[in-house]
Amino acid sequence: MTVQIAGVASTPYGKHPDSSTRELFTDAALEALEDASLSVDDIEELYVGNFIGDLTDDQAHVGAMVADYLGARQAASMRTESACASASSAARSGAQAIRAGDADVALVGGVELMHTAGLEEVTDALANAADNEYENEAGLTFPGIYALIAQVYMDEFDVTSEDLAAVAVKNYDNGISNPIAQRQEETDVESVLESPPVATPLCLQDCCPITDGASAAVLVSETFADERGLETVVSFAGSGQSSDSLALQDRPDLARTRAAERAAEQAYERAGISAEDVDVAEVHDCFTIAEILAVESLGFFERGQGARGAVDGETALEGRIPVNTSGGLLAKGHPVGATGVGQLVEITKQLEGRHPNQVAGPTVGLTHTVGGSGASCVVNVLRAGGV
Amino acid sequence: MQEWFVDVAEHIADGDPIYLACEECGQVALPPRTVCPDCAGRSLEQRPLSETATVTAETTIFSSTPRYAEETPYTIVIATFEEGVRLTGQLRGAETVERGEEVRLGVESDGDHWLITFTPSD
Repeated sequence: MTVQIAGVASTPYGKHPDSSTRELFTDAALEALEDASLSVDDIEELYVGNFIGDLTDDQAHVGAMVADYLGARQAASMRTESACASASSAARSGAQAIRAGDADVALVGGVELMHTAGLEEVTDALANAADNEYENEAGLTFPGIYALIAQVYMDEFDVTSEDLAAVAVKNYDNGISNPIAQRQEETDVESVLESPPVATPLCLQDCCPITDGASAAVLVSETFADERGLETVVSFAGSGQSSDSLALQDRPDLARTRAAERAAEQAYERAGISAEDVDVAEVHDCFTIAEILAVESLGFFERGQGARGAVDGETALEGRIPVNTSGGLLAKGHPVGATGVGQLVEITKQLEGRHPNQVAGPTVGLTHTVGGSGASCVVNVLRAGGV
Repeated sequence: MQEWFVDVAEHIADGDPIYLACEECGQVALPPRTVCPDCAGRSLEQRPLSETATVTAETTIFSSTPRYAEETPYTIVIATFEEGVRLTGQLRGAETVERGEEVRLGVESDGDHWLITFTPSD
């Protein structure tokens, strides 16, 4: 059973002081349904990613809450949580339900309100993706974890802070023309290096911002799309997900994301493609170093060569493999539990030919979303060519 | 904190740090595992761990969580022991430390909270 993407939407990413988790998700879901020409009554399954709502809102049971407020009480609803990869797990679950023949319509998405708490409280909540006893309680923050990874990588492969900064420069540049992006400003290598230190060697502009936002997508079976006369262009071609040690200290190679390598291999196999077939990708650049690790684990670059992508323009809009044409997490923003479907929204628009930073005629795109420091990873492959 | 971590920390405080080794495949690990992460064997043996280790990575944290907000900047170290396991802790007794330097394992406690520390050996 082929799974089609009938509609997608993201709210603006940034600050939503007058909204709430339930309201913001409803906004994104209604817009995605309108994009799909479907109604809330059509939803059979609803999977919503949310990571830190228990801590920031004192509210769990987010699946039922958003189904209720969306007017979709008939739906089977569930929150998926895999740290920052929560929404990609939601998308994968929705696609699996349709592929299994259990449903014809699944609404998948994610939502996170992060400005409701202060910076230190959000830093603490995000650190829950790490090993609480061995890392969080020792004072190791998320920027700190990626800083440790960056140091090992830079030493091993002779990569500089300037090379890392090139990732931020590229993604900030892409963000300027994306209307939903949180950061709409240029930067340059010098500005990245001169921004305040967060965790050495990473500076503020090496790090994604704190973001409120929601994203949603409507997945339908090919049969349903036929019956309802939906003009779907993009199919959900394959998905991979894998795990690794929860704590960074337990990995044999600190600067290698094995979960991402395994997820990519599985997704490629299921989609019947190889890395060379991918035309455009949204990857998990929560920090500049993370995009470099991502493009290597996805097979776009040999190990140790990933920095070349941004430095030499290979991952630019006009490059060999455009990466994060949306501005990525660094510029578009990172509402943690929504990010994976936010990436899927961007890739769907690329494959439909309606992206603000449209690349030339892509037919295969993917999303790569990492939970924690790499303890989980989801890779979803989309393909142009619907019913 | 979890009881198992307090037990790990108290072993360090007593000068008797521990790690786990799989009797079937030799893989090393840290408590509280009961299953070997490599071969899925169930024979993890508790063994004595060295009190010194080598710095594998370090970072100085400028923006932290409420617990450590007043103590920034501070340095976090991941150090590798000759037995093969690594631990994460805060640097003590020096402002900075380099990769490859030898550090001594320690622990601090205020009664409820336990913190692993590393101090340069020299």
